[in-house]
Amino acid sequence: MRKVYLDHAATTPLNEEVLNEMLPYLKEHFGNPSSIHSFGREARRAVEESRERVAAALGASAEEIIFTSGATEANNLAIRGIARAQQKKGNHIITSAVEHHAVYDTCAALQKEGFDVTFLPVDEYGMVSVDAVAAAITDKTILVTIMLANNEVGTIMPIAEIGQLCREHDIIFHTDAVQAIGNIPVNVKDLNVDLLSLTAHKFYGPKGVGALYLRKGTRLNVYHYGGAQERKLRPGTENVPGIVGLGKAIELAVKDLEAKTNRIKVLRDRLQEGLLAIEHTKLNGHPQQRLPGNLNVSILFVEGESLILSLDLKGIAVSSGSACTSGSLDPSHVLMAMGLDHQTAHGSLRFTLGVNNTEEEIDYVLEVLPDIVTRLRSMSPVYKGSNK
Amino acid sequence: MYTEQVMDHFTNPRNVGEIEKADGVGEVGNMKCGDIMRIYLKVNDNEVIEDIKFRTFGCAAAIATSSMITEMVKGKTITEAMKITNKQVAAELGGLPAPKMHCSNLAADALKKAIENYQGNNNQVNNKIEETGNNCNRDCNNCSY
Repeated sequence: MRKVYLDHAATTPLNEEVLNEMLPYLKEHFGNPSSIHSFGREARRAVEESRERVAAALGASAEEIIFTSGATEANNLAIRGIARAQQKKGNHIITSAVEHHAVYDTCAALQKEGFDVTFLPVDEYGMVSVDAVAAAITDKTILVTIMLANNEVGTIMPIAEIGQLCREHDIIFHTDAVQAIGNIPVNVKDLNVDLLSLTAHKFYGPKGVGALYLRKGTRLNVYHYGGAQERKLRPGTENVPGIVGLGKAIELAVKDLEAKTNRIKVLRDRLQEGLLAIEHTKLNGHPQQRLPGNLNVSILFVEGESLILSLDLKGIAVSSGSACTSGSLDPSHVLMAMGLDHQTAHGSLRFTLGVNNTEEEIDYVLEVLPDIVTRLRSMSPVYKGSNK
Repeated sequence: MYTEQVMDHFTNPRNVGEIEKADGVGEVGNMKCGDIMRIYLKVNDNEVIEDIKFRTFGCAAAIATSSMITEMVKGKTITEAMKITNKQVAAELGGLPAPKMHCSNLAADALKKAIENYQGNNNQVNNKIEETGNNCNRDCNNCSY
Protein backbone atom coordinates (compact mmCIF):
# COMPACT_ATOMS: atom_id res chain seq x y z
CA MET A 1 0.00 0.00 0.00
CA ARG A 2 1.01 3.56 -0.66
CA LYS A 3 2.47 5.33 2.42
CA VAL A 4 2.32 9.07 2.96
CA TYR A 5 3.99 10.41 6.09
CA LEU A 6 2.57 13.76 7.26
CA ASP A 7 3.47 13.68 10.94
CA HIS A 8 6.89 15.34 10.96
CA ALA A 9 6.10 17.28 14.14
CA ALA A 10 5.97 13.89 15.91
CA THR A 11 9.24 12.68 14.45
CA THR A 12 11.18 12.63 11.20
CA PRO A 13 12.96 9.85 9.30
CA LEU A 14 16.69 9.60 9.87
CA ASN A 15 18.68 11.24 7.09
CA GLU A 16 20.98 8.78 5.26
CA GLU A 17 24.01 11.09 5.56
CA VAL A 18 23.36 11.40 9.30
CA LEU A 19 23.16 7.64 9.67
CA ASN A 20 26.42 7.17 7.78
CA GLU A 21 28.24 9.54 10.11
CA MET A 22 26.80 7.75 13.14
CA LEU A 23 27.61 4.17 12.10
CA PRO A 24 31.35 4.16 12.92
CA TYR A 25 30.51 5.30 16.47
CA LEU A 26 28.16 2.35 16.88
CA LYS A 27 30.90 0.01 15.69
CA GLU A 28 34.67 0.53 15.66
CA HIS A 29 34.76 3.93 17.44
CA PHE A 30 32.99 2.67 20.52
CA GLY A 31 35.27 4.32 23.07
CA ASN A 32 34.14 6.21 26.14
CA PRO A 33 34.90 9.92 25.65
CA SER A 34 36.15 10.11 29.24
CA SER A 35 38.91 7.53 28.60
CA ILE A 36 42.33 8.97 27.88
CA HIS A 37 43.50 6.22 25.50
CA SER A 38 43.11 6.37 21.74
CA PHE A 39 39.61 4.85 21.80
CA GLY A 40 38.44 7.49 24.23
CA ARG A 41 40.18 10.31 22.39
CA GLU A 42 38.51 9.28 19.13
CA ALA A 43 35.07 9.48 20.78
CA ARG A 44 35.90 12.73 22.57
CA ARG A 45 36.98 14.33 19.30
CA ALA A 46 33.64 13.34 17.72
CA VAL A 47 31.60 14.71 20.65
CA GLU A 48 33.45 18.04 20.61
CA GLU A 49 33.19 18.32 16.83
CA SER A 50 29.47 17.80 17.16
CA ARG A 51 29.28 20.45 19.86
CA GLU A 52 30.93 22.89 17.45
CA ARG A 53 28.38 22.03 14.78
CA VAL A 54 25.42 22.56 17.11
CA ALA A 55 26.87 25.84 18.34
CA ALA A 56 27.53 27.04 14.79
CA ALA A 57 23.96 26.26 13.74
CA LEU A 58 22.55 28.30 16.64
CA GLY A 59 25.01 31.20 16.57
CA ALA A 60 26.37 30.10 19.95
CA SER A 61 29.80 29.03 21.12
CA ALA A 62 30.66 25.40 21.79
CA GLU A 63 31.01 25.75 25.55
CA GLU A 64 27.39 26.93 25.69
CA ILE A 65 26.04 23.57 24.45
CA ILE A 66 25.08 20.76 26.85
CA PHE A 67 24.09 17.45 25.34
CA THR A 68 21.05 15.73 26.81
CA SER A 69 18.85 12.74 26.06
CA GLY A 70 16.38 14.97 24.25
CA ALA A 71 14.28 18.08 24.68
CA THR A 72 12.27 16.76 27.63
CA GLU A 73 15.46 16.44 29.63
CA ALA A 74 16.76 19.79 28.33
CA ASN A 75 13.51 21.50 29.35
CA ASN A 76 13.54 19.92 32.81
CA LEU A 77 17.20 20.79 33.29
CA ALA A 78 16.64 24.38 32.17
CA ILE A 79 13.49 25.13 34.15
CA ARG A 80 14.29 23.25 37.32
CA GLY A 81 17.93 24.29 37.17
CA ILE A 82 17.14 28.00 36.83
CA ALA A 83 14.32 27.92 39.38
CA ARG A 84 16.63 26.39 41.98
CA ALA A 85 19.59 28.60 41.10
CA GLN A 86 17.51 31.78 41.31
CA GLN A 87 15.20 31.01 44.21
CA LYS A 88 16.94 33.43 46.53
CA LYS A 89 16.03 36.20 44.10
CA GLY A 90 12.38 35.24 43.75
CA ASN A 91 9.90 32.45 43.19
CA HIS A 92 7.83 33.60 40.21
CA ILE A 93 7.93 31.81 36.84
CA ILE A 94 6.07 32.88 33.71
CA THR A 95 5.12 30.38 31.01
CA SER A 96 2.22 29.92 28.59
CA ALA A 97 -0.92 27.80 28.49
CA VAL A 98 0.16 26.17 25.21
CA GLU A 99 3.58 24.79 26.11
CA HIS A 100 4.54 21.21 25.40
CA HIS A 101 4.01 18.97 28.45
CA ALA A 102 7.78 18.82 29.00
CA VAL A 103 7.61 22.51 29.93
CA TYR A 104 4.02 22.82 31.13
CA ASP A 105 4.19 19.88 33.54
CA THR A 106 7.65 20.86 34.79
CA CYS A 107 6.28 24.31 35.68
CA ALA A 108 3.20 22.72 37.24
CA ALA A 109 5.46 20.50 39.36
CA LEU A 110 7.40 23.55 40.55
CA GLN A 111 4.09 25.20 41.40
CA LYS A 112 3.32 22.25 43.67
CA GLU A 113 6.75 22.68 45.24
CA GLY A 114 5.86 26.25 46.17
CA PHE A 115 6.87 28.34 43.18
CA ASP A 116 4.40 30.88 41.89
CA VAL A 117 3.70 30.09 38.22
CA THR A 118 1.78 32.24 35.73
CA PHE A 119 0.39 30.30 32.77
CA LEU A 120 -0.25 33.07 30.26
CA PRO A 121 -3.37 32.75 28.14
CA VAL A 122 -3.13 32.89 24.34
CA ASP A 123 -5.31 34.43 21.66
CA GLU A 124 -7.50 32.49 19.22
CA TYR A 125 -4.40 31.72 17.11
CA GLY A 126 -2.44 30.30 20.03
CA MET A 127 -0.21 33.40 20.22
CA VAL A 128 1.33 34.71 23.44
CA SER A 129 1.49 38.50 23.50
CA VAL A 130 4.56 40.46 24.56
CA ASP A 131 2.28 42.81 26.51
CA ALA A 132 0.88 39.89 28.49
CA VAL A 133 4.41 38.84 29.47
CA ALA A 134 5.23 42.45 30.45
CA ALA A 135 2.08 42.67 32.55
CA ALA A 136 2.85 39.41 34.34
CA ILE A 137 6.40 40.38 35.36
CA THR A 138 6.84 41.17 39.05
CA ASP A 139 9.95 41.89 41.13
CA LYS A 140 9.84 38.21 42.10
CA THR A 141 9.99 36.91 38.52
CA ILE A 142 13.08 34.76 37.98
CA LEU A 143 12.31 32.89 34.77
CA VAL A 144 10.22 33.25 31.64
CA THR A 145 9.83 30.15 29.48
CA ILE A 146 7.85 30.40 26.23
CA MET A 147 8.09 28.05 23.26
CA LEU A 148 9.45 29.33 19.96
CA ALA A 149 6.84 27.56 17.84
CA ASN A 150 3.87 25.52 18.95
CA ASN A 151 3.94 21.80 18.21
CA GLU A 152 0.22 21.45 17.54
CA VAL A 153 -0.81 24.51 15.59
CA GLY A 154 2.61 25.79 14.51
CA THR A 155 2.09 29.35 15.77
CA ILE A 156 5.42 31.19 15.98
CA MET A 157 5.75 33.25 19.16
CA PRO A 158 7.38 36.72 19.36
CA ILE A 159 10.45 35.29 21.11
CA ALA A 160 12.97 38.00 20.20
CA GLU A 161 10.65 40.68 21.65
CA ILE A 162 9.93 38.69 24.80
CA GLY A 163 13.68 38.07 25.12
CA GLN A 164 14.37 41.78 24.82
CA LEU A 165 11.80 42.48 27.52
CA CYS A 166 13.38 39.90 29.83
CA ARG A 167 16.84 41.41 29.27
CA GLU A 168 15.49 44.82 30.25
CA HIS A 169 14.14 43.34 33.48
CA ASP A 170 17.19 41.15 34.08
CA ILE A 171 15.04 38.00 33.99
CA ILE A 172 16.34 34.71 32.59
CA PHE A 173 14.57 33.60 29.43
CA HIS A 174 14.26 30.05 28.14
CA THR A 175 12.63 28.86 24.93
CA ASP A 176 11.68 25.38 23.81
CA ALA A 177 12.78 25.49 20.15
CA VAL A 178 12.03 21.85 19.35
CA GLN A 179 9.62 22.50 16.48
CA ALA A 180 11.46 25.49 15.07
CA ILE A 181 14.87 24.12 14.12
CA GLY A 182 15.03 23.23 10.44
CA ASN A 183 11.77 25.11 9.86
CA ILE A 184 12.62 28.74 10.65
CA PRO A 185 15.93 30.50 11.40
CA VAL A 186 17.00 29.98 15.02
CA ASN A 187 19.82 32.16 16.31
CA VAL A 188 20.24 32.50 20.06
CA LYS A 189 21.58 36.05 19.78
CA ASP A 190 18.81 37.30 17.51
CA LEU A 191 16.24 35.67 19.80
CA ASN A 192 17.70 37.18 23.01
CA VAL A 193 17.44 33.86 24.84
CA ASP A 194 19.51 32.60 27.75
CA LEU A 195 18.52 28.97 27.37
CA LEU A 196 17.14 27.00 24.43
CA SER A 197 16.10 23.35 24.14
CA LEU A 198 16.22 21.17 21.05
CA THR A 199 16.05 17.52 20.01
CA ALA A 200 17.63 15.80 17.00
CA HIS A 201 14.75 13.59 15.89
CA LYS A 202 12.61 16.54 14.81
CA PHE A 203 15.12 17.45 12.10
CA TYR A 204 16.05 14.09 10.57
CA GLY A 205 18.46 13.12 13.33
CA PRO A 206 18.29 10.14 15.72
CA LYS A 207 15.94 9.81 18.71
CA GLY A 208 17.25 9.97 22.26
CA VAL A 209 19.60 12.91 21.87
CA GLY A 210 19.11 16.63 22.28
CA ALA A 211 20.84 19.69 23.63
CA LEU A 212 20.42 22.68 25.88
CA TYR A 213 21.97 26.00 24.95
CA LEU A 214 23.07 27.72 28.17
CA ARG A 215 24.29 31.27 27.65
CA LYS A 216 27.71 31.95 29.10
CA GLY A 217 27.40 33.27 32.65
CA THR A 218 23.96 31.73 33.30
CA ARG A 219 24.02 29.68 36.47
CA LEU A 220 22.14 26.41 36.60
CA ASN A 221 21.58 24.09 39.56
CA VAL A 222 22.10 20.42 38.91
CA TYR A 223 19.52 17.82 39.81
CA HIS A 224 21.24 14.72 38.48
CA TYR A 225 24.43 13.57 40.11
CA GLY A 226 27.21 11.48 38.62
CA GLY A 227 30.37 11.94 36.66
CA ALA A 228 31.96 15.08 35.27
CA GLN A 229 30.38 14.86 31.83
CA GLU A 230 28.84 18.01 30.34
CA ARG A 231 30.42 20.12 33.07
CA LYS A 232 28.55 18.01 35.66
CA LEU A 233 25.31 19.60 34.50
CA ARG A 234 24.33 16.42 32.71
CA PRO A 235 26.37 13.57 34.11
CA GLY A 236 26.45 10.16 32.47
CA THR A 237 28.44 8.62 29.64
CA GLU A 238 27.72 10.51 26.45
CA ASN A 239 25.49 9.00 23.76
CA VAL A 240 28.33 9.31 21.25
CA PRO A 241 26.58 7.99 18.11
CA GLY A 242 23.52 10.08 18.95
CA ILE A 243 25.57 13.21 19.55
CA VAL A 244 27.40 12.67 16.25
CA GLY A 245 24.01 12.29 14.56
CA LEU A 246 22.69 15.46 16.20
CA GLY A 247 25.70 17.43 14.98
CA LYS A 248 25.33 16.28 11.40
CA ALA A 249 21.54 16.63 11.42
CA ILE A 250 21.55 20.22 12.66
CA GLU A 251 24.25 21.15 10.16
CA LEU A 252 22.02 19.83 7.37
CA ALA A 253 18.85 21.29 8.92
CA VAL A 254 20.05 24.88 8.69
CA LYS A 255 21.59 24.46 5.22
CA ASP A 256 19.48 25.97 2.40
CA LEU A 257 16.78 26.53 4.98
CA GLU A 258 14.81 29.06 3.00
CA ALA A 259 14.73 27.06 -0.22
CA LYS A 260 13.66 23.90 1.62
CA THR A 261 10.94 25.55 3.65
CA ASN A 262 9.61 27.54 0.71
CA ARG A 263 9.05 24.29 -1.12
CA ILE A 264 7.31 22.76 1.91
CA LYS A 265 5.15 25.86 2.33
CA VAL A 266 3.89 25.62 -1.26
CA LEU A 267 2.77 22.04 -0.58
CA ARG A 268 1.26 22.99 2.78
CA ASP A 269 -0.72 25.82 1.19
CA ARG A 270 -1.99 23.47 -1.50
CA LEU A 271 -3.15 21.04 1.19
CA GLN A 272 -4.70 23.86 3.21
CA GLU A 273 -6.66 25.18 0.26
CA GLY A 274 -7.95 21.71 -0.57
CA LEU A 275 -8.92 20.87 2.99
CA LEU A 276 -10.67 24.14 3.72
CA ALA A 277 -12.71 23.61 0.56
CA ILE A 278 -14.45 20.77 2.45
CA GLU A 279 -17.61 22.07 4.13
CA HIS A 280 -17.57 22.83 7.86
CA THR A 281 -13.80 22.96 8.32
CA LYS A 282 -11.71 25.51 10.17
CA LEU A 283 -8.03 26.40 10.27
CA ASN A 284 -6.40 26.26 13.71
CA GLY A 285 -3.29 28.33 14.40
CA HIS A 286 -2.06 31.63 13.08
CA PRO A 287 -2.83 32.20 9.39
CA GLN A 288 0.63 33.74 8.75
CA GLN A 289 2.89 33.46 11.80
CA ARG A 290 3.01 29.69 11.49
CA LEU A 291 5.62 27.01 10.81
CA PRO A 292 5.86 26.35 7.05
CA GLY A 293 5.04 22.64 7.34
CA ASN A 294 2.18 22.85 9.83
CA LEU A 295 -1.49 22.55 8.97
CA ASN A 296 -4.00 22.03 11.76
CA VAL A 297 -7.66 21.95 10.76
CA SER A 298 -10.84 21.01 12.55
CA ILE A 299 -13.34 18.93 10.65
CA LEU A 300 -16.64 19.48 12.36
CA PHE A 301 -19.14 16.73 13.31
CA VAL A 302 -16.50 13.99 13.30
CA GLU A 303 -13.95 12.83 15.83
CA GLY A 304 -10.19 12.97 15.30
CA GLU A 305 -9.25 9.40 16.10
CA SER A 306 -11.77 8.09 13.58
CA LEU A 307 -10.24 10.40 10.99
CA ILE A 308 -6.69 9.30 11.81
CA LEU A 309 -7.56 5.61 11.61
CA SER A 310 -9.48 6.08 8.37
CA LEU A 311 -6.53 7.94 6.83
CA ASP A 312 -4.16 5.29 8.21
CA LEU A 313 -6.13 2.63 6.35
CA LYS A 314 -5.25 4.60 3.20
CA GLY A 315 -1.57 4.73 4.24
CA ILE A 316 -1.65 8.37 5.38
CA ALA A 317 -0.06 9.21 8.74
CA VAL A 318 -1.33 12.29 10.63
CA SER A 319 -2.22 13.19 14.21
CA SER A 320 -5.04 14.86 16.15
CA GLY A 321 -5.70 16.85 19.29
CA SER A 322 -8.78 14.81 20.13
CA ALA A 323 -9.10 13.37 23.63
CA CYS A 324 -8.76 9.87 22.25
CA THR A 325 -5.25 10.58 21.07
CA SER A 326 -4.09 13.06 23.68
CA GLY A 327 -3.59 10.26 26.16
CA SER A 328 -5.89 11.97 28.61
CA LEU A 329 -9.55 12.60 29.12
CA ASP A 330 -9.62 16.06 27.63
CA PRO A 331 -8.83 17.23 24.15
CA SER A 332 -5.57 19.08 23.52
CA HIS A 333 -4.80 21.75 26.12
CA VAL A 334 -3.46 23.90 23.29
CA LEU A 335 -6.72 23.90 21.34
CA MET A 336 -8.74 24.46 24.50
CA ALA A 337 -6.49 27.39 25.50
CA MET A 338 -7.18 28.88 22.07
CA GLY A 339 -10.86 28.89 22.98
CA LEU A 340 -12.05 26.09 20.71
CA ASP A 341 -15.21 24.32 21.82
CA HIS A 342 -14.99 20.62 22.57
CA GLN A 343 -16.43 19.49 19.26
CA THR A 344 -13.98 21.58 17.23
CA ALA A 345 -11.07 20.34 19.32
CA HIS A 346 -12.16 16.69 19.05
CA GLY A 347 -12.34 17.06 15.27
CA SER A 348 -8.84 18.47 14.85
CA LEU A 349 -6.33 16.97 12.46
CA ARG A 350 -2.67 17.93 12.33
CA PHE A 351 -0.71 17.52 9.11
CA THR A 352 3.00 18.32 9.39
CA LEU A 353 4.96 18.19 6.18
CA GLY A 354 8.63 17.45 5.69
CA VAL A 355 11.37 17.66 3.09
CA ASN A 356 10.47 14.38 1.39
CA ASN A 357 6.79 15.09 0.74
CA THR A 358 5.65 15.57 -2.85
CA GLU A 359 2.82 17.33 -4.64
CA GLU A 360 1.51 13.95 -5.69
CA GLU A 361 1.21 12.89 -2.04
CA ILE A 362 -0.73 16.03 -1.17
CA ASP A 363 -3.09 15.40 -4.07
CA TYR A 364 -3.58 11.83 -2.86
CA VAL A 365 -4.65 13.11 0.58
CA LEU A 366 -7.04 15.56 -1.03
CA GLU A 367 -8.44 12.73 -3.13
CA VAL A 368 -9.20 10.35 -0.26
CA LEU A 369 -10.08 12.67 2.63
CA PRO A 370 -13.45 14.04 1.40
CA ASP A 371 -14.92 10.52 1.17
CA ILE A 372 -13.68 9.68 4.67
CA VAL A 373 -15.29 12.84 6.04
CA THR A 374 -18.56 12.11 4.24
CA ARG A 375 -18.62 8.55 5.58
CA LEU A 376 -17.97 9.56 9.19
CA ARG A 377 -20.42 12.45 9.03
CA SER A 378 -23.10 10.10 7.71
CA MET A 379 -22.72 8.17 10.98
CA SER A 380 -22.65 11.25 13.20
CA PRO A 381 -25.67 12.14 15.35
CA VAL A 382 -24.57 15.78 15.47
CA TYR A 383 -24.25 16.30 11.70
CA LYS A 384 -27.24 18.17 10.36
CA GLY A 385 -26.41 17.76 6.69
CA SER A 386 -24.72 19.69 3.92
CA ASN A 387 -25.36 23.37 3.28
CA LYS A 388 -25.09 22.73 -0.44
CA MET B 1 -4.10 -1.25 19.39
CA TYR B 2 -7.54 -2.34 18.16
CA THR B 3 -8.61 -5.91 17.43
CA GLU B 4 -9.55 -7.06 13.93
CA GLN B 5 -13.20 -7.18 14.98
CA VAL B 6 -13.12 -3.56 16.11
CA MET B 7 -11.53 -2.47 12.84
CA ASP B 8 -14.07 -4.52 10.91
CA HIS B 9 -17.01 -2.86 12.68
CA PHE B 10 -15.35 0.53 12.38
CA THR B 11 -14.76 0.24 8.65
CA ASN B 12 -18.00 -1.61 7.86
CA PRO B 13 -20.41 -0.59 10.59
CA ARG B 14 -23.72 -2.48 10.65
CA ASN B 15 -27.10 -0.76 10.97
CA VAL B 16 -26.00 2.86 10.65
CA GLY B 17 -28.82 5.35 10.34
CA GLU B 18 -32.12 6.38 11.84
CA ILE B 19 -35.52 4.76 12.12
CA GLU B 20 -38.38 7.07 11.29
CA LYS B 21 -41.13 6.84 13.88
CA ALA B 22 -38.90 4.70 16.09
CA ASP B 23 -40.52 3.01 19.09
CA GLY B 24 -37.62 3.99 21.29
CA VAL B 25 -34.64 6.29 21.06
CA GLY B 26 -31.72 6.51 23.51
CA GLU B 27 -28.73 8.78 23.61
CA VAL B 28 -25.66 8.72 25.86
CA GLY B 29 -22.36 10.52 26.02
CA ASN B 30 -21.48 14.17 25.65
CA MET B 31 -19.31 16.39 23.51
CA LYS B 32 -16.89 17.15 26.32
CA CYS B 33 -15.64 13.57 26.32
CA GLY B 34 -16.03 13.28 22.58
CA ASP B 35 -18.44 10.35 22.39
CA ILE B 36 -22.14 10.58 21.58
CA MET B 37 -24.24 7.51 20.73
CA ARG B 38 -27.86 7.45 19.67
CA ILE B 39 -29.79 4.23 19.20
CA TYR B 40 -33.19 3.84 17.46
CA LEU B 41 -35.46 0.83 18.05
CA LYS B 42 -38.39 -0.75 16.24
CA VAL B 43 -40.13 -3.18 18.62
CA ASN B 44 -42.96 -5.50 17.53
CA ASP B 45 -46.03 -6.63 19.49
CA ASN B 46 -44.11 -9.60 20.94
CA GLU B 47 -41.56 -7.17 22.42
CA VAL B 48 -38.93 -8.35 19.94
CA ILE B 49 -36.44 -5.85 18.54
CA GLU B 50 -37.32 -5.98 14.86
CA ASP B 51 -34.98 -3.26 13.75
CA ILE B 52 -32.22 -1.22 15.35
CA LYS B 53 -30.09 1.60 13.99
CA PHE B 54 -27.43 3.91 15.41
CA ARG B 55 -25.59 7.15 14.88
CA THR B 56 -22.33 7.74 16.73
CA PHE B 57 -19.87 10.60 17.05
CA GLY B 58 -16.63 9.27 18.43
CA CYS B 59 -13.55 7.16 18.07
CA ALA B 60 -13.27 3.75 16.43
CA ALA B 61 -14.18 2.04 19.72
CA ALA B 62 -17.35 4.09 20.05
CA ILE B 63 -18.41 3.32 16.49
CA ALA B 64 -17.51 -0.39 16.72
CA THR B 65 -19.35 -0.96 20.01
CA SER B 66 -22.45 0.76 18.61
CA SER B 67 -22.33 -1.40 15.52
CA MET B 68 -21.70 -4.57 17.51
CA ILE B 69 -24.61 -4.10 19.89
CA THR B 70 -27.04 -3.64 17.01
CA GLU B 71 -25.97 -7.06 15.71
CA MET B 72 -26.19 -8.61 19.17
CA VAL B 73 -29.77 -7.59 19.91
CA LYS B 74 -31.52 -7.64 16.57
CA GLY B 75 -34.26 -10.30 16.86
CA LYS B 76 -33.95 -10.49 20.64
CA THR B 77 -36.68 -9.57 23.10
CA ILE B 78 -36.27 -6.39 25.05
CA THR B 79 -35.94 -8.43 28.24
CA GLU B 80 -32.95 -10.24 26.74
CA ALA B 81 -31.54 -7.03 25.35
CA MET B 82 -31.73 -5.28 28.71
CA LYS B 83 -29.33 -7.88 30.13
CA ILE B 84 -26.48 -7.01 27.77
CA THR B 85 -23.63 -5.15 29.42
CA ASN B 86 -20.93 -2.86 28.04
CA LYS B 87 -18.39 -5.52 29.04
CA GLN B 88 -20.13 -8.14 26.92
CA VAL B 89 -20.10 -5.84 23.91
CA ALA B 90 -16.36 -5.25 24.36
CA ALA B 91 -15.79 -9.00 24.75
CA GLU B 92 -17.66 -9.70 21.49
CA LEU B 93 -15.20 -7.34 19.81
CA GLY B 94 -12.25 -9.28 21.19
CA GLY B 95 -11.63 -6.64 23.84
CA LEU B 96 -10.88 -2.92 23.83
CA PRO B 97 -7.77 -1.00 24.91
CA ALA B 98 -8.00 -0.24 28.65
CA PRO B 99 -8.76 3.52 28.42
CA LYS B 100 -11.52 2.83 25.89
CA MET B 101 -13.32 0.47 28.27
CA HIS B 102 -14.24 3.53 30.25
CA CYS B 103 -14.84 6.37 27.83
CA SER B 104 -16.07 4.81 24.62
CA ASN B 105 -17.80 1.64 25.71
CA LEU B 106 -21.29 3.08 26.10
CA ALA B 107 -23.41 1.12 23.65
CA ALA B 108 -25.25 -0.96 26.26
CA ASP B 109 -26.12 2.25 28.11
CA ALA B 110 -27.52 3.77 24.92
CA LEU B 111 -29.54 0.62 24.25
CA LYS B 112 -30.94 0.61 27.79
CA LYS B 113 -31.98 4.24 27.39
CA ALA B 114 -33.69 3.42 24.10
CA ILE B 115 -35.57 0.50 25.71
CA GLU B 116 -36.57 2.64 28.67
CA ASN B 117 -37.73 5.27 26.23
CA TYR B 118 -39.78 2.59 24.44
CA GLN B 119 -41.28 1.38 27.73
CA GLY B 120 -42.06 4.95 28.67
CA ASN B 121 -43.70 5.43 25.29
CA ASN B 122 -46.05 2.54 25.97
CA ASN B 123 -47.32 4.21 29.11
CA GLN B 124 -46.88 7.89 28.54
CA VAL B 125 -46.11 9.29 25.12
CA ASN B 126 -42.65 10.76 25.43
CA ASN B 127 -40.64 10.44 22.26
CA LYS B 128 -38.32 13.34 22.84
CA ILE B 129 -34.67 12.65 23.49
CA GLU B 130 -32.64 14.91 25.60
CA GLU B 131 -30.15 16.69 23.40
CA THR B 132 -28.66 18.93 25.97
CA GLY B 133 -26.66 18.36 29.09
CA ASN B 134 -24.61 15.43 30.12
CA ASN B 135 -26.26 12.18 29.07
CA CYS B 136 -23.29 10.20 30.19
CA ASN B 137 -23.79 8.58 33.57
CA ARG B 138 -20.07 8.42 34.32
CA ASP B 139 -18.14 10.74 36.52
CA CYS B 140 -15.46 11.82 34.09
CA ASN B 141 -13.96 14.33 36.47
CA ASN B 142 -12.85 11.42 38.61
CA CYS B 143 -11.52 9.51 35.65
CA SER B 144 -8.23 7.78 36.28
CA TYR B 145 -7.19 7.73 32.63
